Amino acid sequence: MSDTEAAESWRPAASWTMMRRRARMYADIRSFFAQRGMLEVDTPILSGAMNPDHQIESLSVNTSDMPRYLHTSPEFAMKRLLAAGSGPIWQLCRVFRKGESGRRHNPEFTMLEWYQPGYSEQDLMQEVADLIQQLHAQPVPVAFVAYRQAFRQYAGFDPLAGDLKVLRQATRERFDWSDEDREPMLDLWLAEVVEPALPHDSLTFIHDWPASKAALARIAPDPEDGQPIARRFELFWQGMELANGYYELTDAAEQAQRFEAEQRRRVRHRLHVAPLDRYLDQAMQAGLPETAGVALGVDRLLMALTGTRDIREVLAFPADRA
Amino acid sequence: MATYSTNEFKGGLKVLLDGDPCTIVENEFVKPGKGQAFNRVRLKNLKTGRVWERTFKSGDSIESADVMDLDMQYVYTDGEFWHFMKTDGSFEQYGASEAAVREARDWLKEQEVYTVTLWDDAVLTVTPPNFVELDIVETDPGVRGDTATGGTKPATLSTGAVVKVPLFIDNHEVIKVDTRTGEYVSRAK
Repeated sequence: MSDTEAAESWRPAASWTMMRRRARMYADIRSFFAQRGMLEVDTPILSGAMNPDHQIESLSVNTSDMPRYLHTSPEFAMKRLLAAGSGPIWQLCRVFRKGESGRRHNPEFTMLEWYQPGYSEQDLMQEVADLIQQLHAQPVPVAFVAYRQAFRQYAGFDPLAGDLKVLRQATRERFDWSDEDREPMLDLWLAEVVEPALPHDSLTFIHDWPASKAALARIAPDPEDGQPIARRFELFWQGMELANGYYELTDAAEQAQRFEAEQRRRVRHRLHVAPLDRYLDQAMQAGLPETAGVALGVDRLLMALTGTRDIREVLAFPADRA
Repeated sequence: MATYSTNEFKGGLKVLLDGDPCTIVENEFVKPGKGQAFNRVRLKNLKTGRVWERTFKSGDSIESADVMDLDMQYVYTDGEFWHFMKTDGSFEQYGASEAAVREARDWLKEQEVYTVTLWDDAVLTVTPPNFVELDIVETDPGVRGDTATGGTKPATLSTGAVVKVPLFIDNHEVIKVDTRTGEYVSRAK
């Protein structure tokens, strides 16, 4: 950083026009959910448990008694509210992810998360599209494509079937490295080949993910050939991943198994391991209603609404000025 | 051999890729919300000048390249090598091959200072300063007073390079050239 930059870094990075646009977006989001009679909720940012997902790192905070973790999404607390009978709920909050910093990442960012009991993931994808149509001045085309279909179309292979050796060979030829596991390679093809090929100006929902990418989504057989697939979707717009949604897993025992598997992966990758969320487990045992849920990155949404290419331009004070 | 992890990647870092020394031009962090993180990196191969794009898995490491940039004065050429001398008073000299001076060759002037990039103590590339002043050895006679028409003519410099100059410039004048674009800037002051 040059001296002049350093002298100016007390100032906001975003323009006032952008900050007013953000405020208007928040007001529009509130009215969208108010129109639907949904309850706005507010859950803790600090928790004694940590999301065990081995691809997401939590920030920890030293407190006098025990370690606490900054939440990476309000999912667990919101599911406790659902299990306690909240009905449809939504929340706009800050979330934190360690080490995520770049043109589309800030370690602290704003997330919009909502749950619609009784909805399928198809219903929820439609509602996500409706929200964005309401926030955007002009209508945006909407497309839906299954993960498998997107890979066949843009990468030229079936990501669910096929020999791991063949995938390794193809990955090595294209990217000069490969991996023991299928997962990192599929993520690479998705990020470098499939995503850039998606229509830039359409809202594209990629749905029906590989079962291995289910996280907390329900797994169902693919009608095509019975391969297990995750009832999960992600939304892409203008080359950015904007939202991630599930038809939520409600089986407490299966969720416990998946969390244990993530804990083992954390051990294998020498990552920090923290206690699992026992309140969530108890809530799941008490009974989570059948529901779909989605988390949407609001800073990126603002980038897309305004055609901005760097997340710094939509944040008053990005991490290096915070 | 020292290595750099992807989280140390930044512009200007010198690394070895496929055995060739490269400099990182751009490093972008790419991460799916629920998936593997990557670093999408643009690197310039310092031997060939070619720019490569590679996507590394975040957390992976690559070898560092023992590359350094030094200021050196151009001394002379013996036809096979172009000789440069350190400006630190050591008078130590390095010979650069034709390939190494490729980008600087049109702008070489004795006693001028160049950036010499060494890899394992051999000259990898020579980069000229952004501006050099060179003599015109051949051009059409200057058209007096013609500073407004914006017309140009070719002029051959002492190095053999040909640049376009305004019509009013005369033979044997000294001009300032931008080495990045190969364009005339002004008369030398």
